[in-house]
Amino acid sequence: MTTRTLEWIIERALFLCAALSVLTTAGIIAVLAIETYEFLREVPVLDFLTGTEWTPLFSNQKFGVLPLVVGTMLVSSIAMVVALPMGLLSAIYLSEYSPSGFRRVVKPVLEILAGVPTVVYGYFALTFVTPLLQQVFPTLSGFNALSPGLVMGLMILPLVSSLSEDAMRAVPQGLREGSYALGATRMQTALRVVVPSAFSGITAAFILAVSRAIGETMIVAIAAGQQPRLTGNPFVPIETMTAYIVQVSLGDTPQGTIEYRTIFAVGMLLFLMTFTLNLISTWLRERFREEYA
Amino acid sequence: MRKHADLIFQMVSLSALLVALAALAALVFDIVSDGAGRLSFQFLTSIASRNAEDAGVYHALMGSIWVIALTGALALPIGVAAAIFLEEYGSRSGTARFIELNISNLAAVPSIIYGLLGLGLFVRLMGMGQSVLAGSATLALLALPVVIMSTREALRTVPNSIREGSYALGATKWQTIWNQVLPMAMPGVLTGLILALSRAIGETAPLITIGALTYIPFAPDSIWSKFTVLPIQVFNWVSRPQPEFKANAAAGILVLMVLLLSMNAIAIVVRDRQQRRGRI
Amino acid sequence: MTLDGSSTVFPISEAVAEEFQKSNQGVNVTVGISGTGGGFQKFCRGEIDIADASRPISASEVEACGKSGIEFIEMPVAYDGIAIAVNPKAAWADKITVAELKTLFAPEAQGQVKKWNQVRASWPDREIHLFGAGVDSGTYDYFTEAIMGKAKASRGDFTSSEDDNVLVQGISNDELALGFLPFGYYEENAARLKLVPVDDEQADNGGGAVLPSPDTIKTGTYQPLSRPVFIYVSKKAADRPEVQKFVEFFMTNAETLVREVNYVGLGPEIYGMVSDRFAKRHTGSVFSGQNTVGVTIDQLLSKERAQ
Repeated sequence: MTTRTLEWIIERALFLCAALSVLTTAGIIAVLAIETYEFLREVPVLDFLTGTEWTPLFSNQKFGVLPLVVGTMLVSSIAMVVALPMGLLSAIYLSEYSPSGFRRVVKPVLEILAGVPTVVYGYFALTFVTPLLQQVFPTLSGFNALSPGLVMGLMILPLVSSLSEDAMRAVPQGLREGSYALGATRMQTALRVVVPSAFSGITAAFILAVSRAIGETMIVAIAAGQQPRLTGNPFVPIETMTAYIVQVSLGDTPQGTIEYRTIFAVGMLLFLMTFTLNLISTWLRERFREEYA
Repeated sequence: MRKHADLIFQMVSLSALLVALAALAALVFDIVSDGAGRLSFQFLTSIASRNAEDAGVYHALMGSIWVIALTGALALPIGVAAAIFLEEYGSRSGTARFIELNISNLAAVPSIIYGLLGLGLFVRLMGMGQSVLAGSATLALLALPVVIMSTREALRTVPNSIREGSYALGATKWQTIWNQVLPMAMPGVLTGLILALSRAIGETAPLITIGALTYIPFAPDSIWSKFTVLPIQVFNWVSRPQPEFKANAAAGILVLMVLLLSMNAIAIVVRDRQQRRGRI
Repeated sequence: MTLDGSSTVFPISEAVAEEFQKSNQGVNVTVGISGTGGGFQKFCRGEIDIADASRPISASEVEACGKSGIEFIEMPVAYDGIAIAVNPKAAWADKITVAELKTLFAPEAQGQVKKWNQVRASWPDREIHLFGAGVDSGTYDYFTEAIMGKAKASRGDFTSSEDDNVLVQGISNDELALGFLPFGYYEENAARLKLVPVDDEQADNGGGAVLPSPDTIKTGTYQPLSRPVFIYVSKKAADRPEVQKFVEFFMTNAETLVREVNYVGLGPEIYGMVSDRFAKRHTGSVFSGQNTVGVTIDQLLSKERAQ
C-alpha cells in the first residue's frame, strides 16, 4: 500500500470520527422521534400539548403535558430571577471595576461553582435551603419550586457571568476611553456604552442560561417533588419534565408500552425547546462577533 | 451626585458577586460539616447497607472509576481524531462547518437527553443492557464535544513553522501530524480530556435513565456488569429521610469532590508544564 | 442472583441479602425496586430469579408466566399494614374512616377534592397535599382494592412514588400532607410522622378507629389495610444451589430480620408451612384471585393443605 493510499484512508477515518457528531445529533432525533411518533399515534398532539392533566401512569390515563411544562417554567423562572441580574452585575463588576488581582482570584472560584455536580446542589437545596426557607415561610412544603429554583439560579450564575463578561471584554477599549474622555463615570460607561455594545452577546448568554435551567435534572429531582400540577405557586410540590423522566426511569417500564413512550415524548419536547433556544443563542453570538470583526 | 451613583452601583454589583461567593461558601460549609465526620477508611471500603453506620461507598467508587476509565478510553481517540480532521484537514468547507455546528449544539443538549439516547440505542437496540459499557458509551458521547473543542484549541497553539518544517523535510501530512503536531499538543489535549471526564464523573441523570441501579452489592468485574456510580449513590442516600443517611450523602459528596478537584488539579499541572515547555 | 419488585418488600430482601452475602462471599445478590408490577413483568420474562411482591400475583400475571413457561413457588414472608400518616403538626387529624379515605382518593376526586374540609367539615379550610405509593407498587394496588373496591382505581393528581422514602420526606416536611405508605416505613420514621387510626366501620372486628401495630396487623383487627407480603421464587432458579440456600436462609432468619426492619413476622408455625412448600417445590398460587382483604395466611395455607 502506498503512502498516498494510507494517507487517504487515514483522512477518511478522521472524517468519520468527526462525522460521528452529526450521527449523534441524528441519533438523538431518531430515537426521540420514533418513540414520539408511536406515542402520538395513540395520543393526539393537541391533547398532549394543551391538556392540563398528566396522569399517564395511573389507570385513568391523561396525557396533557402542560403541568410538567409549567412546573419546569416555574423553577426556571425563579432561577433566572436570581441568575440574570446577579450574573450580569457580577460580570460588570469583574469587567469594569475590579482590580486584576481580584479578578484572577475570583474567576477560578466562580468556575468551581460551575463545576460542582448538580446532585450536590440538589442535596444543598433539600437539606439546607428548604429548612431555612421554612423558617421564613412556615407554610412552605418540603418539596417545592422555590428552593430548587434559588439553588439552580446559583448554579447558573457563573455561566451568565462568564459569558456576559466575555461579551463585555470584547468591546473595544476605545469606546470606553471615549466615554471616560467625555467625563462619564464608570457606571455610566458600563450601562450606556459597554452593555449596549455587548448586547447581543449578553442576550446570547441569557438565552443559553435559560436553556440550561430548563434541561437541569438532579436539583429538581431531589428537591421539587413528583406531583404534576398546573400552578404558579412556588410553595407546593410540582414536577418538571426532567424529573418525570427520572421518575419513570427509576421504576421499570417495559419497552413498547405507552408509559415507556411518554418519557421520549417529554424528552422530545424538552429537546426541541432547548435546541431552539441554543440555536437562537448561537445565532446571536455569531451576529455579535461580526460587529467587531 | 454622579459620583455617588457610581459608587452605589459599584457596591451593588460587588455585592451581587459577593452574595454568590457567600452562597458557595455556605454550600461548602454545609457539606463539610454534615459529612466530614463520616469520612473514614471504613466509609471508603464498605459496601452499601441498610444501616447508615455500616454503609460505604466502595462499590459506587469502583463503579465510577470503571465508568470514567472506559469513557476516557472511548472519548479520547474519537475526539482527537475528529479534532484533527476539523483543524488540519477540514478547512472552511461546508461539511466542516456543518459538523462544527453540530458539535456546538451537542455541547448544550441537556444530559438527560443523552440518557434517553443511550437507553434507546445502547441499552435496547444494540443490546448492551444496563452495563458499564452502555453507561460509558453514553457519557463518551456527552464528553465528545468538550474533548473536540479543547483538542482543537491545543492543535491551534502549535506554531505553523513546525508543520512547514516537517513538510520541507518531505514528510506527508499525517506523518507531520502524528510525529510533530500531536505530541506538542498533547498536554492541552490531556487537559481537555481530564476536564471533560471531571464533568462526566458528576453526571447522574443520564446514568439513571440507562438504568444504573441503586442497590449493587458488588463492584463491576467486566464492562458488561451492572453498576452504580458515586453521584447515584449520593442521590439514593439523599432520598432516605433518616438523618444518618444525610451524613452519608454528605460524605459521599466529599469523596466525589475530592476526586473532581484532584482531576482538575492534574489538568492544571499538565497545562502549566506545557506552558513552561512549549516556547519555540 | 437477582431479586426485583416491591419497594415494600425491599427492606426485607435487602436485609436478607446483606446477611446472606456475609456468610456466602461468592454469591452476588442484587435487589431492585421496580415495583410489584414491574417485578412480576421481569419475573414472567425470566429475567429475574425472585419477585418481591406486596400483593398476590394476579390472574393475568399467572397467565403471562404460564405462557413463558415460568413456574413459581409462592411464599408469604411477612405481614404488613398500610399506614395512613400525616405531619406531626396536623392536630386535627385524629382518625379517619374508610369512607373518608375513599372520598379523598377516588378517581372522581381528581381535580375536585383539594381541601381538608371537603372530606370532613370540621377539618381546616386549607389545601390537602396527598402522597401515596407509586402505581407499579403492590401497596398501591392493595390500597385501591381495599378502599375503592377496585384495584388501581384512584385519582392521578397526588405525589405518587415508587420510592417510599420520598413519601416520608414529603409528609414529614409538609404540614398539610396526608399519605398512605407501608407500616414498616412508618415505624422506621416514627418521630417524623403521625399515625392516623383507621375506622372500618365494621362492628365485628374491634369497634372504632384502630391504629396499626404489630399486634393489630397480625391478629387482623387493623382492617382493611393489613396484608401479607410475598416472594415468588422461580422453580427453575430454585434448582441452583445458591438460590436454594438463599431461600432457606430467608426462611430460617425471617422472623428476626423481618422484625428488625419493622415488619411483622408470620410466626414460626406459618414459616414452617411456607418452608415446607418450598422444600416440596409446590408451585401455583393459593392467594391469587382471592381477595386477601381480611383473610389470614394460615387459613389460606390450611385450605390448600386440605385440598
